[in-house]
Amino acid sequence: MKRRLIWLLLTLCAATSIASAITPVTRLHAYKVEGDAIAHPLAGLSGDAARGASLVQQRHKSLCVLCHAGPFPDPHLQGTIAPDLTGVGARLSAGQLRLRIVNMKRLNPDSIMPVYFEIIADSQEVRVAETWRDRPILTAQEIEDLVAYLQTLR
Amino acid sequence: MLRFVLLAAVAFSSMARAEIPSKDKRSGFDFMSPQTQAMQSDETSNPGMLWVLDGERMWSESQGKAEKSCASCHEDAAKTMRGVAARYPAFDEQTKRPIDLAGRINRCRETRQDAPPLARESNELLTLSAYVAYQSHGMPITPAADRRLDKYRENGRAWFERRLGQLQLSCASCHDDRWGARLGGSVIPQGHPTGYPLYRLEWQAVGSLQRRLRGCLVGVRAEPFEYGASEYVDIELFLMSRAAGLKMETPAVRP
Ligand code: HEC
Ligand code: HEC
Ligand code: HEC
Repeated sequence: MKRRLIWLLLTLCAATSIASAITPVTRLHAYKVEGDAIAHPLAGLSGDAARGASLVQQRHKSLCVLCHAGPFPDPHLQGTIAPDLTGVGARLSAGQLRLRIVNMKRLNPDSIMPVYFEIIADSQEVRVAETWRDRPILTAQEIEDLVAYLQTLR
Repeated sequence: MLRFVLLAAVAFSSMARAEIPSKDKRSGFDFMSPQTQAMQSDETSNPGMLWVLDGERMWSESQGKAEKSCASCHEDAAKTMRGVAARYPAFDEQTKRPIDLAGRINRCRETRQDAPPLARESNELLTLSAYVAYQSHGMPITPAADRRLDKYRENGRAWFERRLGQLQLSCASCHDDRWGARLGGSVIPQGHPTGYPLYRLEWQAVGSLQRRLRGCLVGVRAEPFEYGASEYVDIELFLMSRAAGLKMETPAVRP
């Protein structure tokens, strides 16, 4: 519990310093979790399913296909260490998808799925690489694009 | 729904296999395609043998102000270096901490040959290391039983189990818990250091274990250690004890 608190504090400290440390398009926004979902689009943005479709396959950026398979090209380059995303839009609502991408570890602290929309508190034992320090993996817009796309997988 | 997800999550995490029982220990070789396996097994097609052959030549070349070659002191490597790589890293009396094979070779260069140390990942150091490690080819990994190494090995284990980098994955998340499954297009091996230095098709060259570890660290978006860093040696010490009993394959081939 104490460690969690420290982590939270560190995250908050990191979050406040972020505005200056990163490119202007990448900004962290507050969001509200209800149940297992974030009902409202991040920063009120609307997603573009076509952009999401391309992003989900970018193995160096979104990384999704490193772990997940799904109805995308090149199945032999898709991972098998996470659930297949086929039909995920029928299984989960937009809000549920959003929370899972923003921070799966809120639902399962042991999950290996990266946290896409928080800043990882860095330390000598965490060693976040300089390029990635003090920034989330994806932007609010990118996450909304993914949610819009995953909704179409039914 | 939430309950279902949580239950599934619990089931999944308790599925985690943690430490690999010895009967299930498998070299990275076993996860490769038959073609890559054949390339490694046949010494005439194994590109790493070019480094080994070059190393045989370097072994008897005199170096440094002392004008001595490795052979001047160690004579026939097939006899004197047999089994050495299979029990490294070893405790180094001078620095009072573990030293890896490349570090040990450099020590002889500096103190016995009176020559400047070779840079980590330099072709020359890889070549000599490959030649020395080749003398243990086929021998089981038998970590040195020296209690003074314990705390460094434990430090290596701690690094192995720690979530690292922006992606917050530990070595163990992949190599203990998910080996055999696929990460993108690659099968995740158990992460045993059986074949180093080895020829990696992706590198088009022979590289060290530290270069491989660097790749995994960069992959999780963690800051890699400097080549030669003590952390890498501690991790190697842990990996070697984890791989105890598996056979040395230097020079292995990997995709
Ligand atoms: C390093 C592995 C990894 C990466 C990368 C990853 N995920 Fe996941 N994801 C998982 C795992 C494992 C689960 C299973 C849930 C858990 O871990 O508790 C999961 C679950 C999910 C779920 C819920 C699926 C369901 O059927 O309930 C969604 C949606 C999802 N991921 C989307 C994504 C998207 C989109 C990306 C890329 C932006 C992504 N994931 C990247 C590992 C990953
Ligand atoms: C996200 C998954 C992942 C993580 C985390 C990871 N690795 Fe790896 N590792 C791999 C994959 C995949 C390969 C094989 C790549 C290939 O051959 O194309 C590999 C290869 C290796 C190998 C080479 C094995 C051989 O047969 O030569 C070693 C050793 C290794 N990893 C150690 C580590 C260590 C130590 C860490 C932590 C610092 C680590 N790995 C973190 C996925 C991972
Ligand atoms: C002038 C003598 C001399 C020369 C030249 C020399 N060595 Fe050594 N080497 C030694 C001695 C003595 C040891 C025993 C350890 C010590 O230094 O206390 C040793 C130890 C080693 C070991 C560790 C063996 C073990 O069982 O732990 C390796 C590996 C090694 N040498 C490789 C080399 C290589 C490669 C070269 C050439 C680049 C070389 N040596 C050149 C004298 C020499």
